[in-house]
Amino acid sequence: MTNLSNIFKNKKAFIPFIVADDPDFDTTVANIVALANGGADIVELGIPFSDPVADGKVIQAADLRAFAAGVDTETVFKIVEAARQQTDVPIVFLTYLNIVFKHGYEAFCKQCQRLNISGLVIPDLPYESRGEIVPIADKYGVDIIPLVAPTSGHRIEKIAKAASGFVYVVSSEGITGERNSFYNGIADLVKEIKKYTDVPAAIGFGIHTPEQAKHMASISDGVIIGSAIVDIVKKEKQNAPAAIEKFTKEIREAVDSVNQAKVR
Amino acid sequence: MKTAEENKLSKKVGIYGKEFGGQYIPETLMTELEKVEKAFKECKTDEKFQAQLHDLLINYANRPSLLYYAKNMTKDLGGAKIYLKREDLNHTGAHKINNVIGQALLAKKLGKKRLIAETGAGQHGVATATIAALMGMESEIFMGKKDTERQRLNVYRMELLGAKVHPVTTGSMVLKDAVNATLQEWASRSEDTYYVMGSAVGPYPFPAIVKYFQSVISKEAKEQLQEKEHKLPDMVVACVGGGSNAIGSFANFIDDPSVQLVGVEAAGKGVDTDQTAATIERGSEGIFHGMKSLFLQNNDGQIDKVYSISAGLDYPGVGPEHAALAEMKRAQYVGITDDEAVDAFEYIAKEEGIVAAIESCHAVAYVRKIAPKMRKDQIIICTLSGRGDKDVASIAKYRGVQIDD
Repeated sequence: MTNLSNIFKNKKAFIPFIVADDPDFDTTVANIVALANGGADIVELGIPFSDPVADGKVIQAADLRAFAAGVDTETVFKIVEAARQQTDVPIVFLTYLNIVFKHGYEAFCKQCQRLNISGLVIPDLPYESRGEIVPIADKYGVDIIPLVAPTSGHRIEKIAKAASGFVYVVSSEGITGERNSFYNGIADLVKEIKKYTDVPAAIGFGIHTPEQAKHMASISDGVIIGSAIVDIVKKEKQNAPAAIEKFTKEIREAVDSVNQAKVR
Repeated sequence: MKTAEENKLSKKVGIYGKEFGGQYIPETLMTELEKVEKAFKECKTDEKFQAQLHDLLINYANRPSLLYYAKNMTKDLGGAKIYLKREDLNHTGAHKINNVIGQALLAKKLGKKRLIAETGAGQHGVATATIAALMGMESEIFMGKKDTERQRLNVYRMELLGAKVHPVTTGSMVLKDAVNATLQEWASRSEDTYYVMGSAVGPYPFPAIVKYFQSVISKEAKEQLQEKEHKLPDMVVACVGGGSNAIGSFANFIDDPSVQLVGVEAAGKGVDTDQTAATIERGSEGIFHGMKSLFLQNNDGQIDKVYSISAGLDYPGVGPEHAALAEMKRAQYVGITDDEAVDAFEYIAKEEGIVAAIESCHAVAYVRKIAPKMRKDQIIICTLSGRGDKDVASIAKYRGVQIDD
């Protein structure tokens, strides 16, 4: 299994997100490969949920397109299986806890191990409830990636100390979706996390331009971009792979310019 | 002091039965939830808070509500003696006000200026808008677009009271989608905003908060029946959507094993059809809206679209304490169809001269079935959770009667 933390060792990471089966099976497989070719360090693959309370309109709409394509959990596993024929890019799933719970924590984590899925991002699993899945995920080498928000305050210490894989730093209050302004204490938030853990911290929610990506990479260990890429998939449909590979390269460059600055 | 039954129900704080309840909500809201939990804990022993609560319940909400002996129904059904707990006579016309007064005081204590809430039938939204007006707070109500259409009168009432009503156009555009939208709004703006949860659902401490403020129903009913009959009821019946009036009606009887507790769910077109909202009978364990409980969902964990004629019972989940009470068989949950509920709506109007909410009529319909099978010396308390003015137009439509509205 790919060790997520190691990915961040010598560089700033770029972590793009797409929704599985949006708009269809084959395009999703091609999109994963395109993201890998464009230079993604980790691909975050969303398993659609009927009621995605942490997500904004763009990702909600992508979930609906995936449902229209007939997505279910088995299909998502098959998409990863097909992508694994072409790429070893590290992949994490983003989904809501009920999807994992209904499949069975044990069975789900076992599948993750089989498919070389390194971690799970579960927006509705706060620190308080991690205990019911973490011991099982550990058994299969799957990291349960915690989220830290601008409102986390005194909770940061315990969350950071328990973190594995990477810490998903939420850039602002609210839900996913493109933004032009972020929580202004974001750099301090990352510093606070760093006080308690060596696990890398990547920033996500709302980032959609190379400039924003560069800035966020300069104050953290990596950048997560979701809605902006999902929006490309929506516009380009079956032609999305070429377009998102191009976008990924642009972000890659922006993030790498920070890497180089750091080396100098 | 915790009672024996409460200890059985919650080994861990916020956990009901084996593992229902808990906290499953985005990190962004967790600090806020901690603040709410602390304020809730403090308010129970805060004399000033309790005095304000008591004053508003008595002088504003019109409590205590009557425990009314339904003589005609009792005679007609020919079995158990039937008492109706008249939450429909509260200010704003439903039990919702009990909880809203309590939570608005909590919000004040937390320094909040803005109340947000979800609503199904509109009763909780109306109650929230009402208290916001009284206390000089802002209110914004999220309501499924479909519900805004079948409860247009309540939408206008909320606006009249100064609330902003947001029709929710995501998902199936009913109560569950309204909860999603309200959670999202709270995650975007929590600094000055309090989410007044309308039912005994959501992440801890909400199920406990709603139960605490709704328990006044059974506290009064128990005392009132003691005064009239000098004994406990044999059965307490209440309708269950999320389960706030039911948990309030059960609360003070849970430790009395001789009292049968019956929650009545909306079976829609039938418990065995896809058009139902009978969560406990048809649902399975899951995690949604911040809690582990029973939900109507598919094998993959996608939440089902549910159906009931009643916008207030049209919810795919149920409060975690109800799931636990069902699991330990302390309470029994039954389904009543649209047809049976509409019949009961007409029945109680003609027998007792009470136009009760279609939600409450699910409970009345069950009483019609069970009372004749009980002895004349037995007693049923049935909670009428709300009044039915809001439903008159849709019942007329159901019966094919055209009225201008």
